[in-house]
Amino acid sequence: MFSNPLIYFVVIPLLMLGALALCANIKQIRAVAVAGSVALMALSTYVLLEYLDMRAAGDNAPMLFVDSWQWFTPLNIHLAVGVDGISIAMLVLSSVIIFAGSFASWQIPQPKAFFLWLILLSTGVFGFFISIDLFTMFMFYEVALIPMYLLIGVWGSGNKNYSAMKLTLMLMGGSAFLMLGLIGIYYHSSADGHLTWNILEIARNGAISSGWQYFLFPMTFVGFGVLGAMFPFHTWSPDGHASAPTAVSMLHAGVLMKLGGYGCFRVAIYLMPQAANELAWIFLILTGVSVVYGAFSACVQTDLKYINAYSSVSHCGLVLFAILMLNTTAMTGAIMQMLSHGLMTALFFALIGMIYGRTHTRDIRLMGGLMKIMPYLAVCYVIAGMASLGLPGLSGFVAEMTIFVGSFQNADMFHRVFTIVACCSIVITAVYILRVVGKLLFGPVQDKHHEELTDATWWERLSTVTLIVSVAAIGCFPNFFANLIKTTFSPEIFTVLGLN
Amino acid sequence: MDITIPALILCLPLFMFLLLGIAGCKMSHKLAGWLGCLGMGTCLVLSYFTAFTYYFDPQFVAENGERIQHTVFNLTWLQFTDNLTINLGFLLDPISALMLVVITTISFMVHLYSLGYMEGEKGFQRYYAFLSLFSFSMLGLVVATNIFQMYIFWELVGASSYLLIGFYYTKHSAVSASKKAFIVTRFADLGFLIGILVLSYYTKTFDFIKMTSDPSWVLASTEGATFMGASVLTWALVLIFTGGMGKSAMMPLHIWLPDAMEGPTPVSALIHAATMVVAGVYLVARMFPVYMMEGAATMFIVVVGAATAFYAAMVACTQVDIKRVLAFSTISQIAFMMVSLGVASLGNGEVSHHGLGYMASMFHMFTHAMFKALLFLGAGALIHAVHSNDYTAMGGLRKYMPITHWTFLIGCLAIAGIPPFSGFFSKDEILSACYAWSPYIGMWMSMVAALTAFYMFRLYFLIFWWNNPDYGHHKPHEAPLPMAIPLVVLAAVSCVAGFIPFGHFVTWDRMPYDIHLDWTIAGTSIVVAVCAIALAWKMYCKENGLPAKFKNALPALWDWCYHRFYWDELYMFITHKIIFNGICRPIAWFDRHIIDGTMDAFATVTNKASYAIRGLQSGQVQMYVWVYLIGALLLAGFGVLCLIM
Repeated sequence: MFSNPLIYFVVIPLLMLGALALCANIKQIRAVAVAGSVALMALSTYVLLEYLDMRAAGDNAPMLFVDSWQWFTPLNIHLAVGVDGISIAMLVLSSVIIFAGSFASWQIPQPKAFFLWLILLSTGVFGFFISIDLFTMFMFYEVALIPMYLLIGVWGSGNKNYSAMKLTLMLMGGSAFLMLGLIGIYYHSSADGHLTWNILEIARNGAISSGWQYFLFPMTFVGFGVLGAMFPFHTWSPDGHASAPTAVSMLHAGVLMKLGGYGCFRVAIYLMPQAANELAWIFLILTGVSVVYGAFSACVQTDLKYINAYSSVSHCGLVLFAILMLNTTAMTGAIMQMLSHGLMTALFFALIGMIYGRTHTRDIRLMGGLMKIMPYLAVCYVIAGMASLGLPGLSGFVAEMTIFVGSFQNADMFHRVFTIVACCSIVITAVYILRVVGKLLFGPVQDKHHEELTDATWWERLSTVTLIVSVAAIGCFPNFFANLIKTTFSPEIFTVLGLN
Repeated sequence: MDITIPALILCLPLFMFLLLGIAGCKMSHKLAGWLGCLGMGTCLVLSYFTAFTYYFDPQFVAENGERIQHTVFNLTWLQFTDNLTINLGFLLDPISALMLVVITTISFMVHLYSLGYMEGEKGFQRYYAFLSLFSFSMLGLVVATNIFQMYIFWELVGASSYLLIGFYYTKHSAVSASKKAFIVTRFADLGFLIGILVLSYYTKTFDFIKMTSDPSWVLASTEGATFMGASVLTWALVLIFTGGMGKSAMMPLHIWLPDAMEGPTPVSALIHAATMVVAGVYLVARMFPVYMMEGAATMFIVVVGAATAFYAAMVACTQVDIKRVLAFSTISQIAFMMVSLGVASLGNGEVSHHGLGYMASMFHMFTHAMFKALLFLGAGALIHAVHSNDYTAMGGLRKYMPITHWTFLIGCLAIAGIPPFSGFFSKDEILSACYAWSPYIGMWMSMVAALTAFYMFRLYFLIFWWNNPDYGHHKPHEAPLPMAIPLVVLAAVSCVAGFIPFGHFVTWDRMPYDIHLDWTIAGTSIVVAVCAIALAWKMYCKENGLPAKFKNALPALWDWCYHRFYWDELYMFITHKIIFNGICRPIAWFDRHIIDGTMDAFATVTNKASYAIRGLQSGQVQMYVWVYLIGALLLAGFGVLCLIM
């Protein structure tokens, strides 16, 4: 069992939990958090390199490192793991964000409990991305969601009880749909009565009848879509982010929302391609609306976190939008947008947390001229903003362009119109980003008390630099990431989809 | 050609940007400034070498005398589909070699000039970093091998322009000007992007050479596809041109350029006069063989250009801020280049008048870059001396600043089209091309040329003659040496550039030919220009009441021109009143109160319902007994009823 490297994605966080329980002071806690996140980063890099090697050696299996261990025989539940380019991309993303997040919560109160929950959450995240068994996948999904309630409820700010409750209940509501969908899939997973939870086997069997697909596709898509902030189920996101502490916001927007997009792709579309093809138009309308709607909403917000949360609605809407375009280019773009959005939104939330920690306000009307006071943080904020509005050389541009070019390959009027609607978001994004940058960073100093504030500390610098370097890496060398993702699609999914 | 030098031309400014951007805060001003100049100077030498090799080495001339388009390198950057790939490459052809020279010359001059102009400013290192970033992006734009590479660098020049306009970031006006510039051009770029998507969908390529070497194939690939009555090729070309309208400040997307003058003056000279704003012209020139196939798109370019040229010239006659006069003059001159490109084609795949308009447009782009940069740098010297942008604070300055005065005069003569200065030659070619296409357009553009001479000399007389205000203790001083050198160099170039046999270097089909001055047109335009200058002399040479009289005679016209025909107010109304208050706010309200309200309502209803029914679980035994008895009785009654039935 332990010869498979993937299992360590769950083992390392569990070991960290054990080590944390023994920690006596803040220094030890920090050491555990840093050592663990470095180990996770090293592991994901190792898996990435191994994966590329195996692909280069000509291994054409849909997933690599596949393993499966029986867990609960009567229902045929396995702990089944396996990765392809997409899951590896997600694993790398998660480990980078957890690394940056540990540094961003350097001075959190009650560190022991905080890190316990945070690491439990990351266990869920990693477990989710390596699972290919629907049941264990769902289990890890829930493991990732529940700690959020406590993390926001205890360490949050503002109206935190309301936000924590709202977030948890709405996501649980989504889970209810999802659970129903997954059970439905299980009972139709095989024609010969040999039922299975394994995604690869279900896809190979292709036994779900079109009638059931019509029922199960919306169930699972909406179930995951709630976490992907799909209109109209996105309202947990602004409140949740606004109340969450920095590292939780980073992890939530950076990684957890990706669970939604990843799930939509891995479960809803991968297993029920026919229904996806037929019903995509409904969700295309919803996600197309999300893209523009989120951007317009962000234009009038005054709280930094609300602006960013609505911006996430817009950007994550684009992820689902592109997935539903059902062609290689657009889907590659979707995954790249997940990476890009994960990194840059984590950067945003980290910076907002750092600014909030100094000024004790997130209202942009009460701040101004921060460029003069904390130039380092301000410059990082401008870079994050530029990534968000799609400046070439940073990650947003390549992701968005891949999506737009891919979407435009669908030649009918309906797809064209919605592609152009989605394109319009690049202008609106520029409006709200520049509005914030202009008000918050430029202009004269608004509040005299802000003049004594200090610039970033070394751990804050480390956290932001990690994220900026990652954003720039994707932006400057996009083909590496695009190929990593694209090779995953080409043989497998489109034979399953039976599309172009 | 060897790959090293072209690669260095691109990498040096990028490296300088990273070096100055990251390590700049640890450097002294002097070191940062000289490093910037050194980097750009090297880049200048390399570009000159490249351009010189390209123009004069026979290996770049085909057997039939045509200059070949040479792709130095073309690396895959991002692959979308099997056909559609973004490459980053270096295309060497007559216009890109020309632009290499123009960009590095002006950029180097501005680097040098800024040593004096920006001396002691806070953020000096940042300024040089941004200048390097801009130079890198602009060079990348002109050598693009495919339209998507151009789009990438197009966005990058937009961003560096944003950063430089907002250089004085504590000033409100500078911040909002930079925001405006970015958003207006972003809006235009949306058109550009959609145009690229449409065009590339049908042609299955982004590559310029593929598209332009056989434009009839582009036409054939879009055959039959129409949208709202026009062919998709027309749509694609017009949309791509929209991007050019944004960057090149064509009406109605011109509103950002006058405001962009909030940036430091050398920046205005580099970005908003000589290089970035001609990107739109360059784009059309690059795609010219394709534009040539579409009459409607060509017509659109001519109409937009002609309208903009006249509008901007009218407005320039009334502005007070000298940089704004120059900004409107820039808009008007770029419109000249656009019109010239438009009139070079007959719209059916044929060129008009041997494609003279194309050559003239590129010629004017070259000469205009030199003399307009000269004028802006001169304006910078004036502003540096009197600490104000308005001509009202100036007057009689010829005595205090002789170098600035003489170089500025040369710039004015060049733009007014007086021989032997460079503007005369290029403008004359443009007018010839216009007259050959249609006499009406020719006359219209001649009128604009007259206006140009008038407003430039109005400015000149108001600054250097007019009255002689009391400057008090702060006597205006001549520009320091680093500022004076670029002025003299550019003035010298403006004097002689007209004699370059431009037709040998840049033509639409890359076949050299000899250009001739058409003396009937040239003679007329000289007379017209001299008359306009005389009128300006009469009105503004000495302080008198004529301008006021003129203004009072036509108050409405003057008002409209002074307020730039109220375009800004119109945009303000649309963006603030309609989009912000009419769309964004309602959407945000809808989200909070309707969508989120529904979600909250689910929770509230659940809550209320559970409150309502919790009485059933009261735990009172008497209550349970009652319920039990009533239930039992009902069941019994039901049983009896069944038996009877």
